[in-house]
Amino acid sequence: MTRRRLLVIGNGMAGARTVEEIIHRGGKEQFDITMIGDEPYGNYNRIMLSHVLAGEATIDDDDLLLNPMSWYRDNGVTLYAGDRATRLDRFAKYVRCESGRSVSYDTLIIATGSTSFFPNIDGLRASDGHLMKGVFGFRNIEDTNGMLQMAHSRDKTHAVVIGGGLLGLEAAYGLRTQGLTVDVVHSPSYLMNQQLDERGGNVLRREIEKLGIAVHTGARTTSVHRDAADDVTGVGFADGTDLPADMVVVTAGIRPNTEFARAGGVIVERGIVVDDHMRCEDESAIYAVGECVQHRGEVYGLVAPVWEQAVTLADHLTGANPDAAYHGSRITTKLKVAGIDVAAMGVKGPERDDDEFVQFYEPSTGVYKSVVVRDGKLIGAMLLGDVSKIGYLSQAFDDKVPLPEERISMLFDLGGPGETTGAMELADDAQVCNCNGVTKGAIVDCVHRGASSLSEVIAQTRAGKGCGSCKNLVGDIVACAAGGTLEPDPAADYYVPCIPLTKPQLIAEVRDRGLRSVSAVFADLAVDGKEDATAKMPLASLLRIIWGPDWADERGALFINDRVHANIQRDGTFSVVPQMKGGVTTPDQLRKIADVADKYNVPMVKVTGGQRIDLLGIKKEELPRVWEDLGMPSGFAYGKSMRTVKTCVGSDFCRYGLGDSTALGVELETRLQGLESPAKLKMAVAGCPRNCSEALCKDVGVVAVGSGWEIYLGGAAGAHIRKGDLFTTVETPDEVLLLCGRFVQYYRENAKWLERTYDFVPRVGLDTLKSVLLDDSEGIAAELDARLQLSVEGYRDPWLERAAPRSPAQFASALPLLPLPRVPVR
Amino acid sequence: MSWVSVGHVRDLTPGEGRTFVVDGHQIAVFLLPDGSVRATTAVCPHRGGPLADGQIDSDVVVCPLHQYAFAFESGLCTTGEVEPVPIYAARLQDEAIHIRV
Repeated sequence: MTRRRLLVIGNGMAGARTVEEIIHRGGKEQFDITMIGDEPYGNYNRIMLSHVLAGEATIDDDDLLLNPMSWYRDNGVTLYAGDRATRLDRFAKYVRCESGRSVSYDTLIIATGSTSFFPNIDGLRASDGHLMKGVFGFRNIEDTNGMLQMAHSRDKTHAVVIGGGLLGLEAAYGLRTQGLTVDVVHSPSYLMNQQLDERGGNVLRREIEKLGIAVHTGARTTSVHRDAADDVTGVGFADGTDLPADMVVVTAGIRPNTEFARAGGVIVERGIVVDDHMRCEDESAIYAVGECVQHRGEVYGLVAPVWEQAVTLADHLTGANPDAAYHGSRITTKLKVAGIDVAAMGVKGPERDDDEFVQFYEPSTGVYKSVVVRDGKLIGAMLLGDVSKIGYLSQAFDDKVPLPEERISMLFDLGGPGETTGAMELADDAQVCNCNGVTKGAIVDCVHRGASSLSEVIAQTRAGKGCGSCKNLVGDIVACAAGGTLEPDPAADYYVPCIPLTKPQLIAEVRDRGLRSVSAVFADLAVDGKEDATAKMPLASLLRIIWGPDWADERGALFINDRVHANIQRDGTFSVVPQMKGGVTTPDQLRKIADVADKYNVPMVKVTGGQRIDLLGIKKEELPRVWEDLGMPSGFAYGKSMRTVKTCVGSDFCRYGLGDSTALGVELETRLQGLESPAKLKMAVAGCPRNCSEALCKDVGVVAVGSGWEIYLGGAAGAHIRKGDLFTTVETPDEVLLLCGRFVQYYRENAKWLERTYDFVPRVGLDTLKSVLLDDSEGIAAELDARLQLSVEGYRDPWLERAAPRSPAQFASALPLLPLPRVPVR
Repeated sequence: MSWVSVGHVRDLTPGEGRTFVVDGHQIAVFLLPDGSVRATTAVCPHRGGPLADGQIDSDVVVCPLHQYAFAFESGLCTTGEVEPVPIYAARLQDEAIHIRV
């Protein structure tokens, strides 16, 4: 079967969306598709132009382009961009373009859209009909760029926006954001008179004025004043007054582009007249879609009806749904105008004596809401400043949900369910994103097809990519649809924000590329190769976990505590905690500590929670001498690393001891001392279930139970209290050492930065830990043991740096600092 | 305002800071990875932390006490509502660090 030639005139939102829907229905098999668009781009989202003008997006944003040039190539669509269709011969079935190109068709779709309407005002147009300088519409990229260039080309620019409808207010807001002085001039007596009643218009006006935009209503513009150089100097009104201006933006409505169709003999009234199949009147092979059409007497200027038309036309042309018919759209407007939420549908107010009318008016907060009910049905609603009920109201407006007896609860959640329930209650065909015409059903489908994060859903469905006012609702729907299986955004799984890799991916890259220094990791893997101060500490930790002593030590990569192996205090001094494995000390050690405390006038000597002795208030430059005089290794009380193993008295002296917990604790600490880890690790070994060393609330806890040892994981008793999970029970101390070490290595390689075991263990799941670490279900146990062994062998007491500082500044004073309250000597 | 030599660039390694006292001013000087120097007041405006002990990148220094970051360019805090830190012009001349005070 030969494919029919389908020609689409117009590459805007309607034309391109129709082609997209056709392709989506297998239309590539049926049609050879050609498109002609007079703008030199792919298809972009006009709704986003407001964001571009306001500086919230740029012309280069991916979000702006709905269909980049590559999309046409990938889908076999021939696009003639930057060319204009000028002549239609509906008998010979071809179209001629400005470039002289002529394209034949079997089926033609006219999607020429609409253009800004410029009222008859003196000084807008030159004698040849072209807009004179300083005058802009607000419709396409060219208009937007023109306004931005003018806004940035001079210091003080005064803009007058003619037309206080939706588009005018968006333009005014954007220009105001760019720092211009802005006046909005509106001929009717209140703003957005198409969608709002007078009261609503006045509430909106107050909010707009709060943005620093002057509003003039009931003012009909009759002329644009210009100086000798033809530069705009102001605008004049029907009542004889005028306003100064440097630029004029005209947003007085739109007019369908019908000239191409009309000249070709297609029937045109206000728009190109189409039937319920979007077929032009009396034509067999010509269709029209979008803002250029007139359907049942209606011409639409919003995007939602255009999407509905595109679907109907695609259904009809491809035969995907032979019964497809467009019956017109009930317009529900939900928009963010100049940052203010506005929603409107149906009639603006009561029209008959027995119409019910509920109104809430609070100008001080900029909130105005009303509903109109007739014969038990919602026939109109208006929401300003608070659109939380829009989901429910648009359902009610489409007769999809019954109305509550208490009509007022249509405007407020009176202690009722919140927005999440709103997401649950919505019908599948309810439109959630009006800008891009996405229904709840489409969002739910997207989740069921495997999209696992909100950003993925937004990327795939475009819901929330227009004005953004529906983003919360989209999030709720995604969360409901995912039923708790929602994954966080991938970015949430990056080890550090500036490198788009998860921790396992990052480890693999670092190993493959042999990156040993933090600066090399940034250069090779960070976005733009740019360093990020806050990512240095986690990266340094990771490199030390991967390479051990062979990592390339860069001073700047280390947090101050890791540079000087002591814990910085509030006054810039440091605390020194010597190693005291298992909390066991000797008279000699105690004497040394006492002597050091005397010699250096240590303001405070304190016993810590981890059974160690802390010397507080040591000056940075004294650290090497203090370590020298102590002659003891570092106790690691300052790092994200293995810190302490607490023990009880065990079996040597205790009457109840079942196992030698003291010896095992010392051994455990000897094996794991100083190992860098994602967060600090605190351990304990108890000689009996009385648990005097509190092993049940430690990251790793070991308890003697007579026949052997229980190992607990993921306990805590700090900011969070969590009883450790019983991991396993083993018979010998050697097995304790092996399995605790294996868990620690698994935690080092898989936990997120600063993720304590009390979060890590529940996140990974005890069963997973058991199967991976005990049953070796992934076959990695031997590797974990081997890598841990390398780290253990790489241990070196950092306090030995006292003899050979790592850099000239390592122990240089950063004091004196502000006189803080001195810590009293006790 | 004049340029004062405070020390030798060899007293620093890239990414490290150091405090110098100049004319009663305590100034933290940092050596950036690209070999240039930056200078701020040595005292964090938040709680008096030693900024010279902070970690840096090409744009900010992060105070070690509460992790507030300050831009070298403007002195403004980029991570919270802390008043800006005074900054000093700094340059290298023949490996000597010069500060304008």
